[in-house]
Amino acid sequence: MKKKKLNAVTEGALLLSGNEAVARGAWEAGVHFASAYPGTPSTEILEAVAEDYPEIDAQWAPNEKVGMEVIAGASFGGARVLTAMKHVGLNVAADPLFTLSYIGATGGILIVSADDPGMHSSQNEQDNRLMGRAAKVVILEPSDSQEARDMVIEGLRISEDFDTPVLLRMTTRICHSKSMVKVGPRIEVPVKGYKADIAKRVPIPMNARKMHSRVVKRLEDLSAWGSESDLNWIEEGADKTLGVITSGISYQYVKEVSPKTSVLKIGMSNPLPWNLIEKFLGMVDRVIFVEEGEPYLEERIRAKFLNPAIGKDIISCEGELNPELVRKALHPGTTKAVTWYPVELPARPPAMCPGCPHRGAFYCLSKLKGSSTGDIGCYTLGMMPPHNALETTVCMGASIGVLSGIEKAVGREGYGKLVAAIGESTFVHSGVTGLIDMVYNGNTGTVMIMDNSLTAMTGGQQNPTTGKRLNGQPAPVLDIEQLCRACGVKHVRVIDPHDLIEMEKVFKEEFERDELSVIITRRPCVMAYRPARKSVAILDPDKCISCKMCMKLGCPAISWEDDKPVISGMLCWPNCDLCVQVCPVDAISKDMEGLE
Amino acid sequence: MIDKTFNVVICGTGGQGILLASEVLCAAAMLQGYDVKKSEVHGMAQRGGSVSSHVRFGKKVFSPLVEKGAADLILAMEKMEGLRWAPFLAPDGKLVSCNLSISPMTVNTGAAEYPDVEALIEEQGVPCSIVPAFEIAKELGNLRVVNVVLIGAISPHLPIDEENWKKAIEERVPHKALEVNIEAFRRGRQL
Repeated sequence: MKKKKLNAVTEGALLLSGNEAVARGAWEAGVHFASAYPGTPSTEILEAVAEDYPEIDAQWAPNEKVGMEVIAGASFGGARVLTAMKHVGLNVAADPLFTLSYIGATGGILIVSADDPGMHSSQNEQDNRLMGRAAKVVILEPSDSQEARDMVIEGLRISEDFDTPVLLRMTTRICHSKSMVKVGPRIEVPVKGYKADIAKRVPIPMNARKMHSRVVKRLEDLSAWGSESDLNWIEEGADKTLGVITSGISYQYVKEVSPKTSVLKIGMSNPLPWNLIEKFLGMVDRVIFVEEGEPYLEERIRAKFLNPAIGKDIISCEGELNPELVRKALHPGTTKAVTWYPVELPARPPAMCPGCPHRGAFYCLSKLKGSSTGDIGCYTLGMMPPHNALETTVCMGASIGVLSGIEKAVGREGYGKLVAAIGESTFVHSGVTGLIDMVYNGNTGTVMIMDNSLTAMTGGQQNPTTGKRLNGQPAPVLDIEQLCRACGVKHVRVIDPHDLIEMEKVFKEEFERDELSVIITRRPCVMAYRPARKSVAILDPDKCISCKMCMKLGCPAISWEDDKPVISGMLCWPNCDLCVQVCPVDAISKDMEGLE
Repeated sequence: MIDKTFNVVICGTGGQGILLASEVLCAAAMLQGYDVKKSEVHGMAQRGGSVSSHVRFGKKVFSPLVEKGAADLILAMEKMEGLRWAPFLAPDGKLVSCNLSISPMTVNTGAAEYPDVEALIEEQGVPCSIVPAFEIAKELGNLRVVNVVLIGAISPHLPIDEENWKKAIEERVPHKALEVNIEAFRRGRQL
C-alpha cells in the first residue's frame, strides 16, 4: 500500500492541495469506487486516488454522464462512491443527477463539482450552487484543504443518514491551493450488497411523486440539523455593527482583511441552516454578503428575511474574489499602497507545445484559407495567431453539431472551407452523437478528429482510445475508424498531420467532396512520447532569405531577431521537422534518422 | 516565531520548475514550524503561458493569495514575468530575478516587442537583484537546477534556517539528483 508520507515535524499533518485532500478524505471514509472524466480544476482528484490509495477502485469514464451513472449503480450495490468533474461537466451529468436526488443513496454518494470563477481554464463561470439547489441535493462548500477532507467524510455520512447525494462544491482556488491537513486512518465500511427496490429506484410518475415528497421532507430535516452541525458556525467578533455572511474561499479572505468582524460561515449551503441564520441576523446591525460568483446566499437569505443587507451591489458576480476586493468591500479606502505600477508588457498566452501534432493540421488549414468549428482541448489554441483557424467553441462535442447547423442555415457553399475540429477524447466524450446526427440528417462536410492518443489539455490522461486505464493497466483500444464507419460515414481516412504535403492534399480533396467525411489526424502528443535521442533544427543564416515562412508555424521554439529566425535548441522537439518542411530555400536542416 | 505572515510570489513560464520551487519553499517553512498555504493555477496556463505560485507562511495563515502591494519577495524565473508581478511588491519588498528571457508567442509573431527589462526596472526603481542562475546551472552541468539556484538566492531573505532549506530539498528532489541540487542551493545562497 502506497500512501502519502506523513511529515513527522508537523504531527501527522500533510501539505495537501484541495484535490489531494478530497482523495484523502475519500480514502479515510472507506470509499470503494470512483469514476470521473478529467476536467480542470478537478482532474487531480482521481489521479491522486489512483496514485496513493489503491483500496479505492478508480477509473476514467468516457464522459461525466457515464461517470455519474456508474457511481449511481455502484451506490445501488451498496458501495460508497465518488465522482468528480469540472463545473460544466455537471451540465453533462445533470440528467442522472436530478433523478438520483429522488432515488437517494444506498451506499454514500459524493459528487465533486469544481467550479472555475475567474475562468482560469473554462468557457464560463457558472456557479453550481444553483445547480445543486435545483437538483435538491445537499451542498457542502470547503474553504481550505482541511475542510475539503473533513467534508468528504462528513458528506458521505450525511448521504447515507439522509438518503441523498451530496455535492461538494469546490472552486479552482480550493482545488489548487495547498494547506496543512490533519489526517486519520481509513475506516473500512462493508459494501451493503445489491438488493432490488423497485419503488425506490424506478421513478415512473406514481413512484416519483412519493419520492419528491420525501425529498422535500429531507431538505426540511437537513436544514434543522444544519443549524446544530459543525459545518456552519458563528464567530462573534468585537464589532457587532457589521456582520459578514460568507462561504468557501471568501471566508479566508474575510478573516484575512477583517479579523474583528462577526462572521457567519456557511459550510452547508443547501439546504440552508435557517435557525442559525436567524440567530446571526439578530446579533448584528447590518450584513454584507461576501461570496464569489452568483448572489446565492444573498438572494435566498434576503428573500426569506427581507433583510436590507448588501452584497452583489458592491462585490461583482464576475471573476474570482481576492483579499484586495474583499478589503475594498468591507473597509473602503484602506487598500494597500502599490509602490510599483504595472508597465505595459507583451502578453504571454498559452501556445501549442513545440512538436505538437495539431500544429501541422492548423498550419495547412490556415495556408489553404480554411478554418474550423472548434471544441474543448489543446487544439482550441488553433484560434490564436498565426493560425487563426478555429472560429467557434460551445461545449464538449459541439464542433460537430455546430458545423451541421451552419450547413443547414447557409448550405455547403455558404460556409466555404470549414471543418469540425475535435480531439479523440472529446469525440468519445460526446462528439460521436453529433456525427450520427450528421449521417442521419444528410449533412455533408468534414469532421477532423485530432487523435493525439491522450486527454492532453488537462495534463495528459488516458481514455478509451489510448490502450490504458487510469491505474496504468492495459485496456482494449477503441477503433475510431471503425466507429465512424459504423455510424455510416463512407469516407474515413487517417493521416499524419506532420506530413504537410499529404495533409494539404487531404484538405483540398475533402473541401471538394460533396459527401460527409472524417479525417483522423493521428500523431502522439509530445507529453505521451519523448524520443530518446536529442535532435535540434539548425538554421543556416547564409541561406535564409528572411521570408518568415517558418514564423507561420507559430512554434514557441522559433523567435525572430535581427531579421532572421532563431531556433531555440532548448525548446526544439526531437522528432518534429515542420520548419524544415516549410522553408522554401532549405535553410533549416535536422537529423531525423530513427526519430519517427 | 516571528509574528508576521510572509508573502512570496514565484513567477515565470510553463515548464520552468516553478511548482517544484514553491514546494521546496513550503516544505522548508513547514519544517521551521510555520502554518503554510500556497496557491497556483493549472490547466491552460501550462502550455507555455505565464505561471505563478503564491506562498504564504506565518503563525496562522488565512488567504492562500498574496494581496497586491504586500509581497515581501518575488522570485522571477524569467525577467519579464518579474516585472509583470512588480505591483504585488510591498514598499520594502524585493524582486529576485533570473537573468533568463523567454520570448512569448506575441513577440515571436511580431505582435509585440520584448522590452528592455533592466531599464524598466531601473526606471521604476524596483529593488531588484538579477541572478545569473542559468550560467551557474550550466557550470554545474544540469540545466534543471536553475530553480534551486534561485531558491538558494532568496533563502537569506526569509526567516528559515539553512538546515531546513536543505532538508526540504532532500524531501522534494529525486535522490540521484540530490547532490547537484544541494550544490545549486549553496551556490545560489552565496550570491
